[in-house]
Amino acid sequence: MVRISVDMDKCQHYGQCCFEADDVFSLDDDGKLVYQAEADESRRADVESAADVCPMQAITVE
Amino acid sequence: MTGAGGPGVVIVGAGLGGLRTAESLRAAGYAGPITVVGDEPHLPYNRPPLSKEALAGGVDVSGLEFRRKASVDDVVWRLGSAAHSADLAARTVTLADGTVLDFDALVVASGIRPRRLPIPGPVQGRHLLRTADDAEAVRTELGPGAHVIIMGAGFIGCETAATARKLGADVTIVALDEQPMVRPLGPELGAAMRRRHEAHGVHFHLGTTIDAFHGASDEGRVQSIALSDGTELPASLVIEAVGSVTNTEWLQGNGLDLSDGLLVDSAMQVANDHAPVVAVGDIARHPNALFDGIPHRIEHWNMPTETGRRAGQTLAALLAGEEPDRSPFTGMPSFWSDQYDHKLQSFGMPGLGTRSVLAEGDYDGPCVVEYHDDSGLVGVVSIDSTPALVPYRKAIMARPVVT
Repeated sequence: MVRISVDMDKCQHYGQCCFEADDVFSLDDDGKLVYQAEADESRRADVESAADVCPMQAITVE
Repeated sequence: MTGAGGPGVVIVGAGLGGLRTAESLRAAGYAGPITVVGDEPHLPYNRPPLSKEALAGGVDVSGLEFRRKASVDDVVWRLGSAAHSADLAARTVTLADGTVLDFDALVVASGIRPRRLPIPGPVQGRHLLRTADDAEAVRTELGPGAHVIIMGAGFIGCETAATARKLGADVTIVALDEQPMVRPLGPELGAAMRRRHEAHGVHFHLGTTIDAFHGASDEGRVQSIALSDGTELPASLVIEAVGSVTNTEWLQGNGLDLSDGLLVDSAMQVANDHAPVVAVGDIARHPNALFDGIPHRIEHWNMPTETGRRAGQTLAALLAGEEPDRSPFTGMPSFWSDQYDHKLQSFGMPGLGTRSVLAEGDYDGPCVVEYHDDSGLVGVVSIDSTPALVPYRKAIMARPVVT
Protein backbone atom coordinates (compact mmCIF):
# COMPACT_ATOMS: atom_id res chain seq x y z
CA MET A 1 0.00 0.00 0.00
CA VAL A 2 1.26 3.48 -0.90
CA ARG A 3 0.64 6.09 1.81
CA ILE A 4 0.16 9.67 0.67
CA SER A 5 0.10 12.88 2.65
CA VAL A 6 -0.09 16.47 1.46
CA ASP A 7 1.07 19.41 3.55
CA MET A 8 -2.01 21.59 3.11
CA ASP A 9 -0.13 24.62 4.49
CA LYS A 10 2.20 24.34 1.49
CA CYS A 11 -0.33 23.22 -1.15
CA GLN A 12 -1.36 26.05 -3.46
CA HIS A 13 -3.85 23.92 -5.43
CA TYR A 14 -1.90 24.07 -8.70
CA GLY A 15 -3.30 20.64 -9.58
CA GLN A 16 -0.15 19.33 -11.30
CA CYS A 17 -0.44 16.09 -9.30
CA CYS A 18 -3.91 15.49 -10.74
CA PHE A 19 -2.46 15.09 -14.23
CA GLU A 20 -0.01 12.39 -13.07
CA ALA A 21 -2.42 10.30 -10.97
CA ASP A 22 -6.01 11.43 -11.52
CA ASP A 23 -7.40 8.51 -9.53
CA VAL A 24 -5.58 9.74 -6.39
CA PHE A 25 -5.54 13.54 -6.71
CA SER A 26 -8.25 15.87 -8.01
CA LEU A 27 -9.45 19.45 -7.73
CA ASP A 28 -12.98 19.95 -6.44
CA ASP A 29 -15.50 22.42 -7.86
CA ASP A 30 -13.86 25.25 -5.89
CA GLY A 31 -10.46 24.34 -7.31
CA LYS A 32 -9.23 22.91 -3.99
CA LEU A 33 -7.11 19.76 -3.86
CA VAL A 34 -8.69 16.55 -2.63
CA TYR A 35 -6.70 13.30 -2.46
CA GLN A 36 -6.78 9.74 -1.22
CA ALA A 37 -4.45 8.93 1.67
CA GLU A 38 -3.82 5.40 0.37
CA ALA A 39 -3.37 3.85 -3.03
CA ASP A 40 -2.62 0.38 -4.34
CA GLU A 41 1.07 -0.51 -4.67
CA SER A 42 0.58 -0.71 -8.46
CA ARG A 43 0.01 3.08 -8.43
CA ARG A 44 3.36 3.89 -6.78
CA ALA A 45 5.18 5.11 -9.91
CA ASP A 46 2.45 7.58 -10.87
CA VAL A 47 2.01 8.78 -7.28
CA GLU A 48 5.77 9.39 -7.01
CA SER A 49 5.62 11.29 -10.32
CA ALA A 50 2.83 13.40 -8.84
CA ALA A 51 5.04 14.20 -5.83
CA ASP A 52 7.95 15.05 -8.18
CA VAL A 53 5.93 17.57 -10.19
CA CYS A 54 4.33 19.36 -7.23
CA PRO A 55 5.42 23.01 -7.58
CA MET A 56 5.33 23.45 -3.80
CA GLN A 57 6.86 20.01 -3.02
CA ALA A 58 3.96 19.45 -0.64
CA ILE A 59 3.39 15.72 -1.29
CA THR A 60 4.98 12.95 0.77
CA VAL A 61 4.83 9.34 -0.44
CA GLU A 62 5.66 6.39 1.82
CA MET B 1 29.84 -2.37 -16.58
CA THR B 2 27.95 -0.31 -14.04
CA GLY B 3 30.77 1.87 -12.85
CA ALA B 4 32.27 -0.72 -10.51
CA GLY B 5 35.74 0.50 -9.63
CA GLY B 6 35.54 3.50 -11.96
CA PRO B 7 34.93 7.15 -11.07
CA GLY B 8 31.30 6.84 -12.15
CA VAL B 9 28.97 9.63 -13.18
CA VAL B 10 29.71 13.32 -12.69
CA ILE B 11 26.67 15.60 -12.83
CA VAL B 12 27.47 19.27 -13.37
CA GLY B 13 24.60 21.27 -11.93
CA ALA B 14 22.97 20.84 -8.51
CA GLY B 15 19.51 22.02 -9.47
CA LEU B 16 16.32 20.10 -10.17
CA GLY B 17 17.71 18.54 -13.39
CA GLY B 18 20.82 17.22 -11.67
CA LEU B 19 18.79 15.75 -8.83
CA ARG B 20 16.20 14.08 -11.07
CA THR B 21 18.91 12.60 -13.30
CA ALA B 22 20.66 11.09 -10.25
CA GLU B 23 17.37 9.59 -9.06
CA SER B 24 16.64 8.24 -12.54
CA LEU B 25 20.10 6.64 -12.79
CA ARG B 26 19.39 4.76 -9.56
CA ALA B 27 15.86 3.81 -10.62
CA ALA B 28 17.32 2.42 -13.86
CA GLY B 29 19.72 0.20 -11.94
CA TYR B 30 22.98 2.16 -12.00
CA ALA B 31 24.69 1.47 -8.66
CA GLY B 32 28.08 3.14 -9.20
CA PRO B 33 29.38 6.43 -7.80
CA ILE B 34 27.57 9.70 -8.55
CA THR B 35 29.14 13.10 -7.87
CA VAL B 36 27.12 16.30 -8.27
CA VAL B 37 28.90 19.62 -8.78
CA GLY B 38 27.09 22.88 -7.95
CA ASP B 39 28.23 26.50 -8.05
CA GLU B 40 25.87 27.56 -5.24
CA PRO B 41 26.50 26.36 -1.67
CA HIS B 42 22.99 24.89 -1.45
CA LEU B 43 21.51 21.44 -2.09
CA PRO B 44 18.94 21.43 -4.94
CA TYR B 45 16.13 23.85 -4.09
CA ASN B 46 12.96 25.14 -5.67
CA ARG B 47 13.36 28.47 -7.46
CA PRO B 48 9.80 29.56 -8.38
CA PRO B 49 8.97 30.72 -4.80
CA LEU B 50 11.88 33.19 -5.06
CA SER B 51 9.71 35.64 -7.00
CA LYS B 52 6.64 34.95 -4.86
CA GLU B 53 6.31 33.56 -1.32
CA ALA B 54 10.02 33.73 -0.45
CA LEU B 55 10.34 37.28 -1.73
CA ALA B 56 7.40 38.36 0.41
CA GLY B 57 7.99 36.25 3.51
CA GLY B 58 11.74 35.63 3.74
CA VAL B 59 14.17 33.21 2.12
CA ASP B 60 14.72 29.96 4.01
CA VAL B 61 16.75 27.83 1.60
CA SER B 62 16.45 24.63 3.64
CA GLY B 63 12.68 25.00 3.48
CA LEU B 64 12.91 25.27 -0.32
CA GLU B 65 15.07 22.15 -0.74
CA PHE B 66 13.64 19.41 -2.92
CA ARG B 67 12.82 16.17 -1.18
CA ARG B 68 15.56 13.75 -2.26
CA LYS B 69 14.73 10.10 -2.77
CA ALA B 70 16.55 7.64 -0.47
CA SER B 71 18.19 6.12 -3.56
CA VAL B 72 20.50 9.14 -3.84
CA ASP B 73 21.60 9.22 -0.19
CA ASP B 74 25.09 8.06 -1.26
CA VAL B 75 25.56 10.80 -3.87
CA VAL B 76 28.58 13.04 -3.24
CA TRP B 77 27.62 16.72 -3.35
CA ARG B 78 30.51 19.06 -4.27
CA LEU B 79 28.85 22.42 -3.67
CA GLY B 80 30.15 25.97 -3.88
CA SER B 81 32.50 25.57 -6.84
CA ALA B 82 31.37 25.81 -10.47
CA ALA B 83 32.72 23.68 -13.29
CA HIS B 84 35.47 25.61 -15.07
CA SER B 85 36.23 23.30 -17.98
CA ALA B 86 35.76 19.79 -19.31
CA ASP B 87 37.92 17.51 -21.43
CA LEU B 88 35.70 14.82 -22.89
CA ALA B 89 38.63 12.93 -24.45
CA ALA B 90 40.39 12.72 -21.07
CA ARG B 91 37.05 12.28 -19.27
CA THR B 92 37.74 15.01 -16.73
CA VAL B 93 35.96 18.06 -15.36
CA THR B 94 38.00 20.83 -13.73
CA LEU B 95 36.29 22.96 -11.10
CA ALA B 96 36.80 26.66 -10.43
CA ASP B 97 38.73 25.76 -7.25
CA GLY B 98 41.19 23.68 -9.31
CA THR B 99 39.85 20.24 -8.37
CA VAL B 100 39.96 17.74 -11.25
CA LEU B 101 37.20 15.10 -11.29
CA ASP B 102 37.45 11.98 -13.46
CA PHE B 103 34.27 10.50 -14.90
CA ASP B 104 32.99 7.50 -16.82
CA ALA B 105 29.95 9.49 -17.94
CA LEU B 106 28.95 13.14 -17.74
CA VAL B 107 25.60 14.85 -17.13
CA VAL B 108 25.31 18.47 -18.25
CA ALA B 109 22.78 20.14 -15.95
CA SER B 110 24.45 23.53 -15.52
CA GLY B 111 21.36 25.47 -16.58
CA ILE B 112 21.10 29.15 -17.23
CA ARG B 113 21.84 32.49 -15.62
CA PRO B 114 20.10 35.85 -16.06
CA ARG B 115 21.17 37.93 -19.04
CA ARG B 116 22.68 41.32 -18.22
CA LEU B 117 22.45 44.24 -20.61
CA PRO B 118 25.40 46.62 -20.86
CA ILE B 119 23.73 49.82 -19.61
CA PRO B 120 25.85 52.66 -18.24
CA GLY B 121 25.50 54.12 -14.75
CA PRO B 122 25.69 53.01 -11.12
CA VAL B 123 25.34 49.30 -10.32
CA GLN B 124 24.31 49.58 -6.65
CA GLY B 125 20.58 48.92 -6.34
CA ARG B 126 20.51 46.76 -9.48
CA HIS B 127 19.56 43.12 -8.86
CA LEU B 128 19.07 39.82 -10.64
CA LEU B 129 16.58 37.24 -9.42
CA ARG B 130 17.81 33.69 -9.98
CA THR B 131 19.27 32.40 -6.73
CA ALA B 132 18.20 32.34 -3.09
CA ASP B 133 20.94 34.87 -2.36
CA ASP B 134 19.54 37.16 -5.09
CA ALA B 135 16.06 36.94 -3.58
CA GLU B 136 17.33 37.73 -0.08
CA ALA B 137 19.16 40.80 -1.42
CA VAL B 138 16.02 42.05 -3.19
CA ARG B 139 13.79 41.30 -0.20
CA THR B 140 15.76 43.54 2.15
CA GLU B 141 15.16 46.51 -0.18
CA LEU B 142 11.50 45.88 -1.00
CA GLY B 143 8.69 47.53 0.88
CA PRO B 144 6.36 50.50 1.08
CA GLY B 145 7.87 53.59 -0.51
CA ALA B 146 10.37 51.70 -2.68
CA HIS B 147 10.40 52.75 -6.33
CA VAL B 148 10.89 49.42 -8.08
CA ILE B 149 11.82 49.31 -11.76
CA ILE B 150 11.49 45.90 -13.35
CA MET B 151 13.34 45.39 -16.62
CA GLY B 152 11.58 42.74 -18.65
CA ALA B 153 7.92 41.70 -18.87
CA GLY B 154 8.35 37.91 -18.79
CA PHE B 155 7.13 35.63 -16.03
CA ILE B 156 9.84 36.52 -13.51
CA GLY B 157 9.31 40.23 -14.10
CA CYS B 158 5.51 39.98 -13.83
CA GLU B 159 5.53 37.72 -10.76
CA THR B 160 8.02 40.01 -9.04
CA ALA B 161 5.85 43.02 -9.91
CA ALA B 162 2.83 41.36 -8.30
CA THR B 163 4.79 40.50 -5.15
CA ALA B 164 6.28 43.99 -4.91
CA ARG B 165 2.82 45.57 -5.21
CA LYS B 166 1.56 43.31 -2.41
CA LEU B 167 4.40 44.66 -0.26
CA GLY B 168 3.35 48.24 -0.99
CA ALA B 169 6.11 49.26 -3.38
CA ASP B 170 5.62 51.53 -6.38
CA VAL B 171 6.24 49.30 -9.44
CA THR B 172 7.06 50.10 -13.07
CA ILE B 173 7.76 47.48 -15.74
CA VAL B 174 9.98 48.55 -18.65
CA ALA B 175 10.21 46.19 -21.61
CA LEU B 176 10.78 46.15 -25.35
CA ASP B 177 7.86 43.72 -25.85
CA GLU B 178 4.46 45.11 -26.86
CA GLN B 179 2.66 43.14 -24.10
CA PRO B 180 3.74 41.30 -20.96
CA MET B 181 4.55 37.57 -21.42
CA VAL B 182 3.70 37.99 -25.11
CA ARG B 183 5.83 35.13 -26.43
CA PRO B 184 4.12 32.34 -24.48
CA LEU B 185 0.68 33.98 -24.08
CA GLY B 186 0.19 35.86 -27.36
CA PRO B 187 -0.97 39.48 -27.67
CA GLU B 188 -4.61 39.05 -26.53
CA LEU B 189 -3.95 37.19 -23.29
CA GLY B 190 -0.80 39.25 -22.72
CA ALA B 191 -2.91 42.42 -22.93
CA ALA B 192 -5.45 40.91 -20.54
CA MET B 193 -2.68 40.17 -18.01
CA ARG B 194 -1.46 43.74 -18.45
CA ARG B 195 -4.94 45.01 -17.53
CA ARG B 196 -4.88 42.87 -14.38
CA HIS B 197 -1.49 44.32 -13.41
CA GLU B 198 -2.64 47.87 -14.13
CA ALA B 199 -5.72 47.30 -11.95
CA HIS B 200 -3.27 46.50 -9.15
CA GLY B 201 -1.35 49.72 -9.77
CA VAL B 202 1.61 48.55 -11.89
CA HIS B 203 2.85 51.08 -14.46
CA PHE B 204 4.05 49.86 -17.87
CA HIS B 205 6.52 51.41 -20.31
CA LEU B 206 6.41 48.91 -23.17
CA GLY B 207 8.19 49.16 -26.51
CA THR B 208 10.97 51.02 -24.69
CA THR B 209 14.40 50.27 -23.32
CA ILE B 210 16.54 51.75 -20.57
CA ASP B 211 19.30 53.98 -21.97
CA ALA B 212 21.05 54.72 -18.67
CA PHE B 213 20.95 54.48 -14.91
CA HIS B 214 21.51 57.73 -13.04
CA GLY B 215 22.80 58.41 -9.53
CA ALA B 216 24.93 60.88 -7.61
CA SER B 217 27.99 59.01 -8.88
CA ASP B 218 28.77 55.72 -10.61
CA GLU B 219 29.92 54.40 -7.21
CA GLY B 220 26.63 55.35 -5.51
CA ARG B 221 23.15 53.95 -5.78
CA VAL B 222 20.77 54.10 -8.71
CA GLN B 223 18.36 57.01 -8.17
CA SER B 224 16.62 57.20 -11.54
CA ILE B 225 16.49 55.66 -15.00
CA ALA B 226 16.41 57.22 -18.46
CA LEU B 227 14.20 55.51 -21.05
CA SER B 228 14.76 55.41 -24.80
CA ASP B 229 11.66 57.63 -25.30
CA GLY B 230 13.16 60.38 -23.15
CA THR B 231 11.20 59.63 -19.96
CA GLU B 232 13.09 59.85 -16.64
CA LEU B 233 11.70 57.75 -13.76
CA PRO B 234 12.71 57.62 -10.07
CA ALA B 235 14.26 54.29 -9.04
CA SER B 236 15.36 52.96 -5.66
CA LEU B 237 15.62 49.34 -6.78
CA VAL B 238 16.03 47.83 -10.25
CA ILE B 239 15.36 44.16 -11.00
CA GLU B 240 16.83 42.91 -14.26
CA ALA B 241 14.71 40.08 -15.70
CA VAL B 242 15.49 40.23 -19.41
CA GLY B 243 15.99 36.60 -20.26
CA SER B 244 18.78 34.12 -19.82
CA VAL B 245 22.18 32.93 -20.98
CA THR B 246 23.09 29.22 -20.98
CA ASN B 247 25.98 28.10 -18.78
CA THR B 248 27.94 26.34 -21.53
CA GLU B 249 31.31 28.11 -21.33
CA TRP B 250 32.91 25.24 -19.40
CA LEU B 251 32.15 22.86 -22.30
CA GLN B 252 33.97 24.88 -24.96
CA GLY B 253 36.81 23.23 -26.86
CA ASN B 254 35.16 19.81 -27.12
CA GLY B 255 33.61 20.24 -30.58
CA LEU B 256 30.03 20.27 -29.22
CA ASP B 257 27.07 22.16 -30.73
CA LEU B 258 26.70 25.02 -28.21
CA SER B 259 24.81 27.37 -30.54
CA ASP B 260 21.80 27.57 -28.16
CA GLY B 261 22.39 25.54 -25.04
CA LEU B 262 23.65 22.03 -25.79
CA LEU B 263 22.12 19.96 -28.60
CA VAL B 264 20.89 16.49 -27.62
CA ASP B 265 18.93 13.71 -29.34
CA SER B 266 15.62 12.22 -28.20
CA ALA B 267 17.49 10.12 -25.60
CA MET B 268 19.07 13.37 -24.24
CA GLN B 269 22.45 12.11 -25.43
CA VAL B 270 25.13 14.54 -26.64
CA ALA B 271 26.86 13.46 -29.85
CA ASN B 272 30.65 13.12 -29.38
CA ASP B 273 33.43 10.60 -30.04
CA HIS B 274 34.74 10.34 -26.50
CA ALA B 275 32.37 9.64 -23.65
CA PRO B 276 28.76 9.01 -22.68
CA VAL B 277 27.32 12.50 -22.17
CA VAL B 278 23.72 13.60 -21.62
CA ALA B 279 22.17 17.02 -21.00
CA VAL B 280 19.00 17.93 -19.12
CA GLY B 281 16.81 20.84 -18.12
CA ASP B 282 17.07 24.47 -19.23
CA ILE B 283 20.34 23.91 -21.08
CA ALA B 284 19.27 20.90 -23.20
CA ARG B 285 18.13 21.75 -26.73
CA HIS B 286 16.02 18.68 -27.37
CA PRO B 287 13.54 17.50 -30.01
CA ASN B 288 9.96 16.82 -28.93
CA ALA B 289 8.05 14.52 -31.24
CA LEU B 290 4.68 15.73 -29.93
CA PHE B 291 5.35 19.06 -31.62
CA ASP B 292 7.57 20.04 -34.53
CA GLY B 293 10.43 17.63 -33.77
CA ILE B 294 12.84 20.57 -34.05
CA PRO B 295 15.21 20.82 -31.06
CA HIS B 296 14.18 23.59 -28.63
CA ARG B 297 15.33 24.65 -25.20
CA ILE B 298 12.30 24.87 -22.90
CA GLU B 299 12.80 26.78 -19.67
CA HIS B 300 9.69 25.39 -17.96
CA TRP B 301 9.89 24.04 -14.43
CA ASN B 302 8.77 20.51 -15.33
CA MET B 303 11.33 19.92 -18.10
CA PRO B 304 14.28 19.07 -15.78
CA THR B 305 12.11 16.29 -14.36
CA GLU B 306 11.00 15.05 -17.80
CA THR B 307 14.43 15.24 -19.45
CA GLY B 308 16.26 14.06 -16.32
CA ARG B 309 14.17 10.90 -16.17
CA ARG B 310 15.00 10.07 -19.79
CA ALA B 311 18.67 11.04 -19.48
CA GLY B 312 19.16 8.81 -16.42
CA GLN B 313 17.72 5.84 -18.29
CA THR B 314 19.95 6.56 -21.29
CA LEU B 315 23.10 6.81 -19.20
CA ALA B 316 22.32 3.71 -17.13
CA ALA B 317 21.95 1.72 -20.36
CA LEU B 318 25.16 3.10 -21.89
CA LEU B 319 27.14 2.35 -18.70
CA ALA B 320 25.76 -1.20 -18.70
CA GLY B 321 26.95 -1.64 -22.29
CA GLU B 322 23.39 -1.70 -23.61
CA GLU B 323 21.73 0.29 -26.37
CA PRO B 324 19.53 2.99 -24.83
CA ASP B 325 15.90 3.58 -25.73
CA ARG B 326 16.00 5.92 -28.72
CA SER B 327 12.25 6.21 -29.22
CA PRO B 328 10.86 9.74 -29.68
CA PHE B 329 10.79 12.03 -26.63
CA THR B 330 7.24 13.22 -25.92
CA GLY B 331 7.46 14.93 -22.53
CA MET B 332 4.62 17.41 -22.04
CA PRO B 333 5.91 20.93 -21.39
CA SER B 334 3.97 22.63 -18.62
CA PHE B 335 4.21 25.89 -16.73
CA TRP B 336 2.24 27.73 -14.11
CA SER B 337 2.42 31.23 -12.74
CA ASP B 338 0.91 33.02 -9.77
CA GLN B 339 0.19 36.73 -10.05
CA TYR B 340 -1.99 38.40 -7.39
CA ASP B 341 -4.82 35.92 -6.80
CA HIS B 342 -4.65 34.60 -10.36
CA LYS B 343 -3.29 31.22 -11.40
CA LEU B 344 -2.01 30.73 -14.92
CA GLN B 345 -1.53 27.17 -16.11
CA SER B 346 -0.24 25.92 -19.45
CA PHE B 347 0.35 22.67 -21.26
CA GLY B 348 2.10 22.14 -24.57
CA MET B 349 4.03 24.79 -26.47
CA PRO B 350 1.74 27.81 -26.90
CA GLY B 351 4.73 29.81 -28.16
CA LEU B 352 4.72 27.69 -31.34
CA GLY B 353 1.15 28.76 -32.11
CA THR B 354 0.54 31.16 -34.99
CA ARG B 355 -2.97 32.04 -33.79
CA SER B 356 -4.88 31.85 -30.51
CA VAL B 357 -8.55 31.12 -29.88
CA LEU B 358 -10.54 32.00 -26.77
CA ALA B 359 -12.08 28.60 -25.98
CA GLU B 360 -13.81 29.27 -22.65
CA GLY B 361 -14.67 32.28 -20.50
CA ASP B 362 -13.42 35.75 -21.34
CA TYR B 363 -9.98 37.31 -21.31
CA ASP B 364 -10.66 39.46 -18.26
CA GLY B 365 -12.06 36.61 -16.15
CA PRO B 366 -11.43 32.89 -15.80
CA CYS B 367 -10.62 31.60 -19.29
CA VAL B 368 -9.02 28.94 -21.46
CA VAL B 369 -7.07 29.95 -24.57
CA GLU B 370 -6.01 27.52 -27.32
CA TYR B 371 -2.90 28.00 -29.48
CA HIS B 372 -2.81 26.53 -32.97
CA ASP B 373 -0.37 26.21 -35.82
CA ASP B 374 -0.87 24.49 -39.19
CA SER B 375 -0.67 21.10 -37.47
CA GLY B 376 -3.50 21.86 -35.03
CA LEU B 377 -3.60 22.47 -31.26
CA VAL B 378 -0.05 22.95 -29.93
CA GLY B 379 -0.72 24.57 -26.56
CA VAL B 380 -3.29 25.76 -24.05
CA VAL B 381 -3.23 28.38 -21.29
CA SER B 382 -5.84 28.91 -18.61
CA ILE B 383 -6.42 31.60 -16.03
CA ASP B 384 -8.11 30.43 -12.83
CA SER B 385 -9.46 27.37 -14.66
CA THR B 386 -6.92 24.58 -14.10
CA PRO B 387 -9.47 21.72 -13.78
CA ALA B 388 -10.93 22.69 -17.19
CA LEU B 389 -7.61 21.84 -18.88
CA VAL B 390 -7.97 18.05 -18.66
CA PRO B 391 -9.46 17.54 -22.17
CA TYR B 392 -7.08 20.06 -23.78
CA ARG B 393 -4.05 18.34 -22.30
CA LYS B 394 -5.37 14.99 -23.54
CA ALA B 395 -5.86 16.44 -27.03
CA ILE B 396 -2.24 17.65 -27.10
CA MET B 397 -1.00 14.27 -25.81
CA ALA B 398 -2.91 12.63 -28.67
CA ARG B 399 -1.12 14.63 -31.38
CA PRO B 400 0.51 12.41 -34.01
CA VAL B 401 4.15 11.81 -33.17
CA VAL B 402 6.63 13.41 -35.58
CA THR B 403 9.34 11.01 -36.74
